[in-house]
Amino acid sequence: MIRRKKRGGRDAGTPLGLFRLMKVRLKVWRQEGPNKPGRFETYETPELNPNMSFLEMLDAVNEELIRQGKEPIAFAHDCREGICGTCGITINGQPHGPGKGSATCQIYMRKFRDGETITLEPFRAKAFPVIKDLIVDRSALDRIILRGGFISVRAGSAPDANTIPIPKRTADLAMEAAQCIGCGACAAACPNASAMLFVGAKASHLGLLPQGQPERFSRAAAMAEQMEEEGFGACRAYGACEEACPKEIKLEVISRLNRDFTLALLKGEL
Amino acid sequence: MQARRATPIVRYAFSAIGRKVIMAVTGLALTLFLLLHMLGNLQLFVGSESINRYAHFLHSNLELLWPARIFLLLCLCLHIWSAVSLALENKRARPVGYEGNPVPPGTTLAARTMMYTGLAIAAFVIYHLLHFTVRAPAVNFAGQDFHALKEALPWGEERADVYRMVALGFHQPVAVLIYLAGVGLLCFHLSHGLSAMFQSLGVRDRNWRGRLDRYAVWFSWLLFLGYAAVPAAVISGWVK
Ligand code: SF4
Ligand code: FES
Repeated sequence: MIRRKKRGGRDAGTPLGLFRLMKVRLKVWRQEGPNKPGRFETYETPELNPNMSFLEMLDAVNEELIRQGKEPIAFAHDCREGICGTCGITINGQPHGPGKGSATCQIYMRKFRDGETITLEPFRAKAFPVIKDLIVDRSALDRIILRGGFISVRAGSAPDANTIPIPKRTADLAMEAAQCIGCGACAAACPNASAMLFVGAKASHLGLLPQGQPERFSRAAAMAEQMEEEGFGACRAYGACEEACPKEIKLEVISRLNRDFTLALLKGEL
Repeated sequence: MQARRATPIVRYAFSAIGRKVIMAVTGLALTLFLLLHMLGNLQLFVGSESINRYAHFLHSNLELLWPARIFLLLCLCLHIWSAVSLALENKRARPVGYEGNPVPPGTTLAARTMMYTGLAIAAFVIYHLLHFTVRAPAVNFAGQDFHALKEALPWGEERADVYRMVALGFHQPVAVLIYLAGVGLLCFHLSHGLSAMFQSLGVRDRNWRGRLDRYAVWFSWLLFLGYAAVPAAVISGWVK
């Protein structure tokens, strides 16, 4: 369930230029560094174009802060088009904020009401320690990838295209799982801080395709074990991860991971 | 020096996914018991002869009764162990929550309260066993000794009169309320658990998810109605 908000300014369909400027108040988690105590601070934004992206709004606020000689709000970002998985802010308690299937960088100010107070927090999980303000360390996800995010290939001359036939359905499912951008919003949204959606997506992406078969079961086992070692919680089939995922990865990847984990035991690959 | 790694089966049983599978399998076994128990209870509607004979049959076959009881107890213990140990780890995994504790979108009340409903059910099971199995007079609110309820058989033997015990037991409004609350919470617990267990077992794909969610709710209602029918029959005077 996503809380519907009255949109600020005019609707998205309005020709550019015909919008009402808006202002919001930000309640931002500020934390100087890892293991430092954090606190909320409140900032008034300057006048905003509702068609600004959320990150552009933060840029504007930061410019203002810098002008005042204050420390700007630290937040992670890179591509700003929803493909790299670098951004990640919990907006009003929801990782990546309002709107299904969008990363923080794909959120626009028109999603919010004029004058609204917006709460900004870092992704919360023990495995994601805060580096500064809204930036968390997500290298736990990288270490999970290191344990199984690879396949065996025969090095040498390039194989002919389409030598391995893959059923359309399998290809579709694998491509869907491959869309995961490793942002960690699933773990941030989960009340148990479980990264099962991420691990499931990675295990599905490689484990569904013929090229990923040699390591299919050992991969599921190794990645799931690493996930636990990193301090992520267990899945209780809440579905909060699915709601937050910018790539709308389906809960079934977790089911598939569970199955392959059990099969790994039975096949002696655990 | 590297510590010796435990055997795969041990690592599996203590892993997060392994414990979820243990929870699912024991939950499934306990649910099957609930179904059989409900069907057994419903013999009350056939008459006193049927249910008393059934109860006598169960209680006179000790070599079946005790293995079954021990098996169920084992399932219950494993179910609770996996749930509690995972819940503690889950809490550690999320030491800081979000401002104002927002309800996470996409989750259901049943899912969020599994631990609480589970603990309440455990308490109810203890009460229920004291009420009708141990037959402790202190908890039946009728001030009667259910052990004394016997039925004489034509050939001179006696057997427990379960029919009258149930009728007397559910003549007490407090007992009915506790029973309905316990069974209600149990079925609420199942409305999430019965679908989630298939996720842990790895068969809840996109085609089955919606169906399993629906079936879980239907099945939970079926159990609730089946169990609630017993006090309802007593209160309405069907069973005297
Ligand atoms: S599964 Fe979704 S939410 Fe989780 S890391 Fe991948 S893209 Fe992000
Ligand atoms: S900045 Fe790359 S996904 Fe948002």
